[in-house]
Amino acid sequence: MAAVMDFEELRRGLYWRKNLDKLFVVLGLFILLSCLGLLAILFLDLVRDGAHRFGWDFFTQFPSRKAERAGILSAWVGTSMIMLVTALVALPVGVAAAIYLEEYAPKNWVTSVIEINVTNLAGVPSIVYGLLALGLFVYQFDLGQSVLSAGLTLALLILPIIIVGTREALRAVPKAIREAAYGLGATRWEVTKDHVLPYSTGGILTGLILGLSRAIGETAPIITIGALSFIAFLPGSPITGEFPFLNFDWLKSEFTAMPIQIFNWVSRPDQAFQQNAAAAAAILLGMTLLMNAVAIYIRFRFRKKINW
Amino acid sequence: MSATSASRSVAMGKGAFASLRYRKNRDRVIELLLLACALVAVFTTAAIVVILVWESSFFFEHVTIKEFLTDTMWTPLFADAHYGILPLVSGTLTVTFVALLVAIPFGTIIAIYLSEFAKNRTRETVKPILELLGAVPTVVYGYFALLMVTPVLQKLIPDLPGFNMLSAGLVIGLMIVPYVASVSEDAMRAVPRYMREGSYAMGATQLQTAMRVVVPGAFSGIAAAYILGISRAIGETMVVAIAAGMQPTLTFDPTEPAATITAYIVQVSLGDLPHDSIGYQSIFAAGLVLMLMTLVFNVLGFFLTRKFREAY
Repeated sequence: MAAVMDFEELRRGLYWRKNLDKLFVVLGLFILLSCLGLLAILFLDLVRDGAHRFGWDFFTQFPSRKAERAGILSAWVGTSMIMLVTALVALPVGVAAAIYLEEYAPKNWVTSVIEINVTNLAGVPSIVYGLLALGLFVYQFDLGQSVLSAGLTLALLILPIIIVGTREALRAVPKAIREAAYGLGATRWEVTKDHVLPYSTGGILTGLILGLSRAIGETAPIITIGALSFIAFLPGSPITGEFPFLNFDWLKSEFTAMPIQIFNWVSRPDQAFQQNAAAAAAILLGMTLLMNAVAIYIRFRFRKKINW
Repeated sequence: MSATSASRSVAMGKGAFASLRYRKNRDRVIELLLLACALVAVFTTAAIVVILVWESSFFFEHVTIKEFLTDTMWTPLFADAHYGILPLVSGTLTVTFVALLVAIPFGTIIAIYLSEFAKNRTRETVKPILELLGAVPTVVYGYFALLMVTPVLQKLIPDLPGFNMLSAGLVIGLMIVPYVASVSEDAMRAVPRYMREGSYAMGATQLQTAMRVVVPGAFSGIAAAYILGISRAIGETMVVAIAAGMQPTLTFDPTEPAATITAYIVQVSLGDLPHDSIGYQSIFAAGLVLMLMTLVFNVLGFFLTRKFREAY
């Protein structure tokens, strides 16, 4: 008799436990979808609030005291120039550091110190990079509150992202490829340059784009080094009509950037400026999401294409 | 073999040796260049420490450490200047606490769902999309907190001020959910399959296996995810600068406005303070405290992640 009762109890317990399983799946899905839903609501709301500001004028006007006449010209030009400096500095340094750690580094204390530092830097708050840049670039190196200072700061900030991304890409190249090249008499650098690097282009590109998408939205460090929120001129053009056709004055120019402009507009009590902020934020968010989508696509393509 | 071809092969051999020496030297130089680039990471850390300590040393010439740590007012820019860091620390901790109330439960549930319940395809599609949440610029989240979340909260709590730590904390929490979820999920997936199978064989359901086998097995990894999440919340700047107000107040009540360490640094940077003023130096002292707070959590997180990698 007792055995039958136990069986009944077991069945009831099992029923209850299996329902708990289903309940958890529903809960998990619900939380997951509400997080994604909030992202969608955020984006739609920005577009709705800023909708009437989208237009050619918004991109070609300088900031203004009148909300309807204000535009993001100096902001997007500033952001593009900073991104150019950031990419040109962070890509070579980051890739080289990753190659060293992955292909060359002996197992010793220097290597572990470097590795710990890369991990730690990824967790340093971005505003601390701003303080570093303020003390080091702006005052010690006397670069001023310039495009160059901002670009270098953001380059340091995204260095860990590029290093980690590149290392993953390098690690994915099978040993056999390296051994084959060594077998033909190639030196380590030749193996790296001619065989390992070409196979890791996809991963490196992904890391670079993800890094830049982080840099483009960073506000705190460039506020700290002294970006201005009201700039009604453009830095000199990098390309000129006269010999030597390149001009580096823009590096020393004062600047503003997209996130700074958004922060400035959102902090004003006037609702018209907050709509400007929404429009600019929608553009910035759109660019970030686009860059991330491109990075994911490249990763996907390269993974599919390469069959070791 | 004729004499001419033999001499040609010798000549080639010499050339090959010379070129080998050249190539080996070139390799050596390149290796040093690569090492120099890798050392940039070390120099960055060193420079951060040196700059923060150096610039704050001027600050501590004016302010005693005792005053810095015990005074309950922070008003370096006022005529009646007080230099107690406590109000900024209380603001930072309150915002962080609110953020964790969102990020830890949501992040963990999403991680368990993705790691134990979701199909492979779902996981591979959802993870990148979830990571987009972490890629949204923080200034956009600030807009979200001030102009969308606060008005909703004000309907629930009628006397909530326009700037408050609650809405900033909630939005920061949402912001670090993907991060907590992704790191915890990696830890859970590192728990070997046979441990789950042992549990299923004893008649446990999926949820029981997840809660009693996988989560304890991945404990150090999950703890690392929480700790790294805390360090992110402490260092978050723009959301608090926009939505939590700029007034340093010694309070742990999230429905009040208060400045965090990061918000104070932003506030001072927006003004145009001369290089050698005490206000300028105070942001480095504040930055040093921020750096130490995050460093403690980062180091803890680093060792925990290393532990869970070694566990199996």
